[in-house]
Amino acid sequence: MTKSPTITFPDMTRRGLGALPWIAAAGVLAYAFFVGGYLTTVMSFALIYVVFVTGLNVFMGYAGQVSFGHNAFAALSGYTSAYLTTSHGFAPLPAFGAGLALALSCALIVGYPTLRLKGHYLAMATLAIGLIVYEVAVEWTSVTQGYMGISGIPPIGIAGYEITSERGQLAFLTVIVALATLVSWRIRESRFGRALSAVAGSEDAARALGISASRYKLSAFLASAAFAALAGSLFVHVVGFVSPEVYGLHMVVLAFTMLYVGGIGTIAGPFVGAVIISLLPEMFRQFKDYQDLAYGAALILLLIYAPRGLSTISSLFRRAAAKKAVVS
Amino acid sequence: MSLLELQNVTQRFGGLVAVDDVSATIAQGGVTAVIGPNGAGKTTLFNAISGFRTPSAGRVVFGGVDITGMAPERIAAIGLVRTFQLVQLFGELTAMENVKVGCHLHTRGDLLAAILRSPATRRSERQVEDDARKLLDFVGLTDVADVAASSLPYGQQRLLEIARALAAQPKLLLLDEPAAGLNSGETARLSATIREIAARGTTVLLIEHDMKLVMSTADRVIVLDFGRKIAEGTPDEVRDNPAVIAAYLGMPEGAA
Repeated sequence: MTKSPTITFPDMTRRGLGALPWIAAAGVLAYAFFVGGYLTTVMSFALIYVVFVTGLNVFMGYAGQVSFGHNAFAALSGYTSAYLTTSHGFAPLPAFGAGLALALSCALIVGYPTLRLKGHYLAMATLAIGLIVYEVAVEWTSVTQGYMGISGIPPIGIAGYEITSERGQLAFLTVIVALATLVSWRIRESRFGRALSAVAGSEDAARALGISASRYKLSAFLASAAFAALAGSLFVHVVGFVSPEVYGLHMVVLAFTMLYVGGIGTIAGPFVGAVIISLLPEMFRQFKDYQDLAYGAALILLLIYAPRGLSTISSLFRRAAAKKAVVS
Repeated sequence: MSLLELQNVTQRFGGLVAVDDVSATIAQGGVTAVIGPNGAGKTTLFNAISGFRTPSAGRVVFGGVDITGMAPERIAAIGLVRTFQLVQLFGELTAMENVKVGCHLHTRGDLLAAILRSPATRRSERQVEDDARKLLDFVGLTDVADVAASSLPYGQQRLLEIARALAAQPKLLLLDEPAAGLNSGETARLSATIREIAARGTTVLLIEHDMKLVMSTADRVIVLDFGRKIAEGTPDEVRDNPAVIAAYLGMPEGAA
């Protein structure tokens, strides 16, 4: 391998480019905060999805597994929050605690047997759990009110102080997203994160180095289920309403799109992907009948020109620069 | 003192007996090579030792512990670490990160430690970084520390896999055809590296096709043919053994 100084990209520029996706997404967030109104609502949803996708990224991006059913964990926690706060007068935080416990127990029951196996058993099992939880939400009307859904869910509150304004909620969600991203980053840069990458790279090699593949897959699954549960509960408090459709299969499709467009396995990916994918339909609203077409075309272009996700766009510049340097 | 003991190890796949009643004792220290023609059962034997397959019959005893059928990660945890015939690196990780993964067994802390990132965790991370750097230096890969493992040339990938295995601080290192795909210069270097590993106190057991490497590196040689052990001894003894010559040159045993 030859090392030529002409193709090493200046470090400062690279770091600057690396921060570009962050800055762009954060800029939109700040803009939404100052403008308020509808954009604030869109961004609030985007931030809730950032939490969900960040969790999915730990399991799919870091540990290299597949799950089609993380919406189930969001639903379990979301419905628990909704039910306990409306029917039993729970405060949001203890209600979320109960929801989280329920989601994690469910994840353990699904994950423990299936993650010991190689291949797609888990993907199948998660698909099933997603559908089962949806059916339960529809049919168990005495608790979930079926398709009618549960309304009148109180907003998020901390120590008796309720966050009711849209800006306040957006600020609160921004803090949550910052913490979630910090956790994701710390996982990546740790012994735990390395073990997950090892499992993703080669289970046999990981095991030969003393890493229990099944244990780390299960840990990653539970951690990502916890993120999903948090997103599920945040949703019901921000919107004040929950119905089965909220956590339907479309949630999985949307989260996958965000993960791949943002950049699977990267730290910034979930944030960038969730913001872009939440904004795209709004940008194309003026196209009316052609909205879906434009949305689809935009996705295809993104995946062609940034196949590893928008948060890795800086490496694209780097490649272009390297190519130019080689030619000259 | 014997470090690894194979007692009548047999591995059957349906009607095929890939490893047939092999017994051997690997002493502590030095380099032992397992040789034999293609399909002699060498890799199958390695899989049976390292826990990737449970032998159909027989026992594997490592450091006085019966490890027959134990999970690979538990066998690794008591000091038996292997590499693979087809290099199995974590391709997306850099060379440095690959070696850091190897440090897994002698470090602590999982999810919670990752999130809290206490001063103790940070210290441990610095230690891991130091150890990994030393090992990269040892195999001569310092210059490519930050290169993704999958973009390294094949010879360097082989060395990286060895460095990563050493990071686990094994008592016994199993190398599955470490010279496969290397040119003669690289093979000579590899031979020196393996001798150095043994000199530092890690016992090495390797499978190899490259006779030059075996003759220059191994202290003892075990010869397999059709799953059976047909000879054992020093390289010189084995080279002159009629059964070995017959196995390699395809002559009937009686004719030699």
